[in-house]
Amino acid sequence: MAAGTHYLPGLTPTNEAPVQKSDDAAGFYQLGEKLVDEKAPTGPIAERWTTRKFENRLVNPANRRKLSIIIVGTGLAGGAAAATLGEAGYNVKSFCYQDSPRRAHSIAAQGGINAAKNYKEDGDSTYRLFYDTVKGGDYRARESNVYRLAEVSANIIDQCVAQGVPFAREYGGLLDNRSFGGVQVSRTFYARGQTGQQLLLGAYQAMERQVAAGTVEQFTRHEMLELIVVDGKARGIVARDMVTGAIETHLADVVVLASGGYGNVFYLSTNAMGSNVTAAWRAHRKGAYMANPCYTQIHPTCIPVTGSHQSKLTLMSESLRNDGRIWVPKNAADCDKDPREIPEEDRDYFLERIYPSFGNLVPRDIASRAAKYMCDEGRGVGPQVAEVGADGEERLVRRGVYLDFKDAIARLGEDAVREKYDNLFDMYERITGENPYQVPMRIYPAVHYVMGGLWVDYELQSNIEGLFVAGEANFSDHGANRLGASALMQGLADGYFVLPNTIREYLADGPFEPVSESHPAVVEALESVQERVNKFMSVNGTRSVESYHKELGSIMWEYCGMERTEEGLKTAIQKIRDLRADFWKNVKVLGSADSLNQDLEKAGRVADFLELGELMCIDALNRRESCGGHFRAESQTEDGEALRHDDEFAYVAAWEWGGDSNEGGQPVLHKEDLIYTAIEMKQRSYK
Amino acid sequence: MKLTLKIWRQAGPTAEGAIKTYELDGVSKDMSFLEMLDLLNEQLVTQGEEPVAFDSDCREGICGMCSLMINGQAHGPEVTTTCQLHMRSFNDGDTITIEPWRAEPFPVLKDLIVDRSAFDRIIQAGGYISANTGSAPEANSVPAPRDKAMRAFNVATCIGCGACVAACPNGSASLFMGAKITHLGELPQGQPERWSRVVDMVGQHDAEGFGGCTNIGECAAACPKEIPLDVISQLNKDLRTALKNGH
Repeated sequence: MAAGTHYLPGLTPTNEAPVQKSDDAAGFYQLGEKLVDEKAPTGPIAERWTTRKFENRLVNPANRRKLSIIIVGTGLAGGAAAATLGEAGYNVKSFCYQDSPRRAHSIAAQGGINAAKNYKEDGDSTYRLFYDTVKGGDYRARESNVYRLAEVSANIIDQCVAQGVPFAREYGGLLDNRSFGGVQVSRTFYARGQTGQQLLLGAYQAMERQVAAGTVEQFTRHEMLELIVVDGKARGIVARDMVTGAIETHLADVVVLASGGYGNVFYLSTNAMGSNVTAAWRAHRKGAYMANPCYTQIHPTCIPVTGSHQSKLTLMSESLRNDGRIWVPKNAADCDKDPREIPEEDRDYFLERIYPSFGNLVPRDIASRAAKYMCDEGRGVGPQVAEVGADGEERLVRRGVYLDFKDAIARLGEDAVREKYDNLFDMYERITGENPYQVPMRIYPAVHYVMGGLWVDYELQSNIEGLFVAGEANFSDHGANRLGASALMQGLADGYFVLPNTIREYLADGPFEPVSESHPAVVEALESVQERVNKFMSVNGTRSVESYHKELGSIMWEYCGMERTEEGLKTAIQKIRDLRADFWKNVKVLGSADSLNQDLEKAGRVADFLELGELMCIDALNRRESCGGHFRAESQTEDGEALRHDDEFAYVAAWEWGGDSNEGGQPVLHKEDLIYTAIEMKQRSYK
Repeated sequence: MKLTLKIWRQAGPTAEGAIKTYELDGVSKDMSFLEMLDLLNEQLVTQGEEPVAFDSDCREGICGMCSLMINGQAHGPEVTTTCQLHMRSFNDGDTITIEPWRAEPFPVLKDLIVDRSAFDRIIQAGGYISANTGSAPEANSVPAPRDKAMRAFNVATCIGCGACVAACPNGSASLFMGAKITHLGELPQGQPERWSRVVDMVGQHDAEGFGGCTNIGECAAACPKEIPLDVISQLNKDLRTALKNGH
């Protein structure tokens, strides 16, 4: 990879604006005006963030007490933002649907967090982390945002250590690092396989300290169901108290959504059961643009599906690819054999064979597709699972590849492997009933993360004034593919360091005129939520909410999963429209609206997924190129690798809500061109 | 597998609850315990009966949202969370009794769901290191001895599920509290607030109505993350030292 890497200061453009020639999604959308990030900085890339921080106005401590901020979500981004803004002296109201902020799904992140500390003296730097991240994202991220991310990464580690996050250490007491996919330096900090947990508890504890100090008020078991927009500005939310069923309005000067990703649109994913798109989608319906919704990360190392009862999928950290070797049998006839009896010469270590310089550490999108192809070829392992192909025919396929630690155990000893990956091996054994110290793990790709999300400018503000979006819920930093250990970095960067410095520029216009509970926009928002809840309770059909979610998930996985085609996406759009129409006629929600009702909660989330899924397919249909996690079968090289079309698609697709398509609505596409100055676009190669 | 399930049903915080019996067929050994309950709920919805409310979120054993007393044991017969318990731990024809966490500071909200906000309040009382964003020194400027960092990590894995309280005959949260005291107390960064932390957290614990520790050890046996009992010794030691020094 080092070949051809050279430093560019960011002063002159390296590409021209794209001009799209194809129009696969014609008839499904309207083309809107181009979108420009008016807050985008210019000048030398290394000075952009420093300059912005200086130029953004300050809010003096006495005035901060008069300003209020609503933050939805308490994961790394939301928790860190609540703590930091509380420390600064603002009045923060924090909301989460879980029973405690400590349970947000950031907690499940396993492997680690990247930072350009260069503790290993292996050539790392802010610029290299920036370079790797833009390249890893297949040149579909904004360079200024990514550079800032790389720049603050080192501060994150300092902050977390000061909070007592127990990172892995070497014998001398200094911090340890490991490698992750898509890079050739060791820059990942970790706490065994529970890094997300430890970072989140750090943010949670900092936030609870502010609860005690009275600057943060926390609302647990509350779900945001509507955004309140007054005179074009976000001024509050409507939330449902999930215990009493009370529908409440909460007003503030600014609203931050840090509500996570929408991977559960696929039903099966590594997300938590409650992870949902509702907060973001409600904002979208109020005018916020949804950017690149089709960019989905399918993670290569998850435990394979065992049957139709499956409620979620479990990730095995990518860090395992440091020591595990991925293979399938060379001969399909060996697929049902005990893997320990397959001799070395009959094994195909396909990632090492196809990508000799990165081997098992290729980026996630590449590793996932390679595993899919091995299984499509009939060389997958594990139980045969029935599936319906794109041709509508049912077939039996083994969906799994081996992740083998035999060599690592021989090289390092079982104890050393245990110390590194103990909890992951235990979790694997718990779920599958097989001991991975003795038998190779079986893994298969699963939906894990979404790079798409609400559109934000450089300041993390959406196109609705006063609505800021942080963490996985926004779209800005990972392009079309996220590198391992970068989600934790982005969540904490946004929460601790970026948002507190950009939101003050907005708040410096305060104090703002208070909004009354009886303002027509507030009343309208409240009533619309009440009506929607009543609608769910009154359809009184025959099908469970769960069954709609499952069916939507299987449509999304088949047609908008690891490989997408024009024909398949068009099929999917029609299927989703039909399913959504049926949902509103035939769904059955039991219980009452004025008490704890998990079926009702789920109905709201599934209704929003049924709209989001269609937009994801339209976005994927329009983007007739392959980039990162988005692979269009029509756009590949002769040897089957992803083929980008920078001249046509080097843009952010920001979609404006245009009404329900079943009632004649069409989304409006606004394109934001990606012009690079500090890096040159190249076709990725990990060979 | 075919099972008989005896489940605590309670319509709301103030409603009278009772055990209700359900028969469930078609359970696979590969299902997790919660997927088994999903199957029951799907069946209940079809029959027009309100599904059983229970908490779960990550379903990979780390968020601490799931709970349940299963045949009288917190998180059931294995050392893991309920979401990671699989039906291969049960036999065809078994009768399984499922109840919510039982402890006064964890009131029932509905069916199997309880209110654990008391844990947040214990953390608010002092379960943190005060380090405002931006004030941190360079991460490697303070080395932490590896053995102490390892112990800190091992006990920091507590997921705050509340199994320790549910298992304890006294309803004590000493294991939960001891884990946090030990985690922060083993690190150099945790020293400045070490003594006030333990006093304040114990004060909140008692105010919430959790009971005292009488060294029974059910908590450590039930802990899905295997937090060892010696964190309670550490808690007592730190508390003693703190009180002696006038905190």
